[in-house]
Amino acid sequence: MAKIVAVTGNEAVANALRQVNPDVCAAYPITPQTDMMQRFSSFVSDGKVKTELILVESEHSSMSACVGASAAGGRVITATSSQGLALMNEILYIASGTRLPIVMPVVNRALSAPLNIHGDHSDAMYARDTGWIQLWSENAQEAYDNTIQAFPIAEHIDIRLPVMICLDGFIISHSIERIEYLDDEQVQNFVGDFKQLYPLLDIQHPVSYGPLILPDYYMEFRRAQAEVNTKVSKVVLDVASDFEKLSGRKYGLFETYRLEDAEIGIVILNSAAGTTKDVIDEFRNKGIKAGLLKPRLYRPFPYEETGEALKHLKALCVLDRADCFGSSFGPVYSDIAASLYPFKDKPVLVNKIYGLGGRDYLPEHAEIVLNELVDIAETGKVKSYKEYIGVRE
Amino acid sequence: MKLKNWKEVNPGSVITEPGSSEKFKTGSWRSSKPVWKEENCIQCLFCWIYCPDNAVKVKDGKRGEFDYEYCKGCGICALECPGKKGNKAIIMVEEGK
Repeated sequence: MAKIVAVTGNEAVANALRQVNPDVCAAYPITPQTDMMQRFSSFVSDGKVKTELILVESEHSSMSACVGASAAGGRVITATSSQGLALMNEILYIASGTRLPIVMPVVNRALSAPLNIHGDHSDAMYARDTGWIQLWSENAQEAYDNTIQAFPIAEHIDIRLPVMICLDGFIISHSIERIEYLDDEQVQNFVGDFKQLYPLLDIQHPVSYGPLILPDYYMEFRRAQAEVNTKVSKVVLDVASDFEKLSGRKYGLFETYRLEDAEIGIVILNSAAGTTKDVIDEFRNKGIKAGLLKPRLYRPFPYEETGEALKHLKALCVLDRADCFGSSFGPVYSDIAASLYPFKDKPVLVNKIYGLGGRDYLPEHAEIVLNELVDIAETGKVKSYKEYIGVRE
Repeated sequence: MKLKNWKEVNPGSVITEPGSSEKFKTGSWRSSKPVWKEENCIQCLFCWIYCPDNAVKVKDGKRGEFDYEYCKGCGICALECPGKKGNKAIIMVEEGK
């Protein structure tokens, strides 16, 4: 039976990790993730989990310890934010390239400099090409649900890739929301037992991890890893289907909101999607056909499905909570543009950068964007393909 | 040896066959090779001790030929060789000469 509670995003995710009861956790504290791992370490101290908690001196070490523990044969977790994720960079590629199904909540926070501790997507966006699967979460419930689903996705025998669960720093990690928890037993049954394919600790079958692969083989391994990525969407949908039977909550590769008959649309990740949906309702009440698409599986990005869902629109704005210096557009914009490119008829596509460093995203920001999209849809004229909103000009 | 295609390689480049590095011949990396002059050898076995690649073969307590499939030509054996009366038992010769 589901239990309804009022908890923060960090508390909800920590509880999901307790219910999964992993073998090893190697973590280092960083705002706004700190309170999630603090809660998890209490579960360890209180004997609520059998997890071996490894206290390390940095995130480079935490991810390195995770790689070793996962290769050894354990079900392994960690969590981080911002600079911590940046420090892990080198080892993120090793975890994915070695096909180790490590699960890591990432509490999204801006990158330094200037130093800032608040919510934006710069951290996980920089890591989007590290070979990790990324699941993004609008609210604490989605973060909890995605955390539980991350294990069977990561550990699926066809996949064996690490998974990041992204949730907005402070906005979700530290705000109290209504959450439905599954029972411990339900979660345990859902994730099942983990069996590493080639555990280092199986001394009857000795194996070597991390060999030097020279030009005669490197490309074959990378090609094989690319192929695994093509199988992720199906597994994510299968796991979501099983999860729906358990929880009643439906998940897909992305969520659409009033999009099917829409003429103008917004693509936006995570918590800001909630605000945008309210404003879309207001526009619908005025007779304006507005809709929304919120990516969930952002890596590997489901290009075909996303393009199909958006191609009928007249005008579309992608809102990015991260900027790409040296590129013309935000990261999500570039992916949406690529997903629409194969279609002959497609919407006019514009990009807005918002909410950097925890800057509030307010309903009036969504209104400004939707009003501009109405103009673009009517006239076909674009005054600027990329703009910053909510910034002092 | 026929190289595997991308569908045949092990996930995550894990090597499941112990000791398989023996199959990986590294002698072709060599630019100069050690040559053993038996007449100057006092059988001290310093070359066997110092060789980082186990490329000096010893049988019944006596050294034999180099194993050129693994010798990378580092020259440590030639450097350490005390020889006999100032004459080295191992000299380095440039490959291809």
